Amino acid sequence: MHSIFGIPTPALFGQLLLGLINGAFYAMLSLGLAVIFGLLNVVNFSHGAFYMLGAFTGWLLLAGLGLGYWWALLLSPLIVGVLGMAVERLLLARLKGLDPLYGLLLTFGLALIIQGVFRNIFGVSGLPYGVPSQLAGARNLGFMILPNYRGWVIGLSLLVCLATWLGIEKTRLGATLRAATENATLTEAFGINVPRLVTLTYGFGTALAALAGVLAAPIYSVNPNMGADLIITVFVVVVIGGMGSILGSIVTGFGLGLAEGLTRLVYPAGSATVVFVIMIVVLLVKPAGLFGRST
Amino acid sequence: MAETHPAGAAPPLLKVRNLEGWYGPSHVLHGVDFDVPAGEVVTLLGRNGAGKTTILRAIMGVLGRRAGSVRMNGMELIDLPSRLIARRGIGYCPEERGIFASLSVRENLELPPVIGPGGRSTGQVLDLFPNLRARLNSGGTRLSGGEQQMLAIGRILRTGARLLLLDEPTEGLAPVIVQEIGRVIAQLKRDGFTVLLVEQNFRFAETIADRHYIVEQGRVIDMVPNAALEAKREQLHGYLAI
Repeated sequence: MHSIFGIPTPALFGQLLLGLINGAFYAMLSLGLAVIFGLLNVVNFSHGAFYMLGAFTGWLLLAGLGLGYWWALLLSPLIVGVLGMAVERLLLARLKGLDPLYGLLLTFGLALIIQGVFRNIFGVSGLPYGVPSQLAGARNLGFMILPNYRGWVIGLSLLVCLATWLGIEKTRLGATLRAATENATLTEAFGINVPRLVTLTYGFGTALAALAGVLAAPIYSVNPNMGADLIITVFVVVVIGGMGSILGSIVTGFGLGLAEGLTRLVYPAGSATVVFVIMIVVLLVKPAGLFGRST
Repeated sequence: MAETHPAGAAPPLLKVRNLEGWYGPSHVLHGVDFDVPAGEVVTLLGRNGAGKTTILRAIMGVLGRRAGSVRMNGMELIDLPSRLIARRGIGYCPEERGIFASLSVRENLELPPVIGPGGRSTGQVLDLFPNLRARLNSGGTRLSGGEQQMLAIGRILRTGARLLLLDEPTEGLAPVIVQEIGRVIAQLKRDGFTVLLVEQNFRFAETIADRHYIVEQGRVIDMVPNAALEAKREQLHGYLAI
């Protein structure tokens, strides 16, 4: 059997794949968090709940309306995005001008309520959600076996991250978003409707979380706690990448997923804590995060 | 202060009456009155901290709290959010220029939306400020101070705004750049723009303005037409402590 540094190659690639999968979810979730934090200055603690809602919306679309995975991939982000916009308009917008801590408390409370309601209705054991038939099976890459669905998740999330990055860095709307993130008052004084931009941005961030939720459903099963389990790591990703940095979120998301995977090979007990160790080291060396601008 | 435009003249483009403003709990504007006639270059002169910048911020609606009356073409602006004030035809060039670091020069230039007819094209703005043309893809704050000032003025010429609020466009700039900006403001006036200018640099202001309002302790205390400047020079120096 082949091995690299004494680690059998199938095990190595298996863990790297797992790391990439986790990293894909970290990246998509922290991307939404970063966009929201940048513009709204809100640490969106309900992000995990929106991710869970995305998965549940997909499950409910199937169970209630018979709409399968592909429909869920399209509709779930739309539905949850609209819900996110309502949350911003009806709740978060009222906190404008107050200490950002209020936004954190509000979204944290909201997450507890949403998760509590779903636990009450659906329990905590998790609901199965099948892999769509088009993506069933696996292919042999020579050095490892890649389940098709996992390849799809990594590919699609890379594509979504890239598209988001391009949209923010290279388009007119993205320039407006960056301007409002940097100085909302002045941006509005040019005649730009910043409150609407804020609502759309929050909706977009929550839609990204919901998309991640649908992608996760066939891998992790649909569970009211699925977001709460993930959200702390996602926040660590945002902190390491640099609060509000788009590129930082994407690179750090995938990077930390891989770091976890590799740690699981070398020192399995450390895999759950390695992200926190990395965070401490990064904060000691670069307090604004790897891609953050110190202001 | 009484009506300051001559009897029979066109009504002012901007009419400010009893304007009050606050920074948090501190009351900083105490009933500001003045008019900006269409087609004129009007300055607000005064010492540091007199409230000149605050008056522009209050007109623009970017001050926390304000009261009184600000009318543009007869339409009341005092209760509007700043984005709708901008859309009534006011272009704002803030103190310290407000160039966005995360946007390129081109993105800075094209950020303000077109709000009415008569705005210049990006090409025309670049003809007015040729230095910017070669720097379009640089980061906005990579430009020199003078170039940033030109960018800050240029980006509000695209929108179709007819009234330009310029907050100390000459601050911290070399004399040759100040001259250049003076030339541009004179050109804008010939093209029919109305300009309300906050200035510390009196020598600069007198070369381009039609009238000066003297601001002291959050009020307008006097108006001096540029033509009457010589007669009132001593008095002005007293106001400005030059």
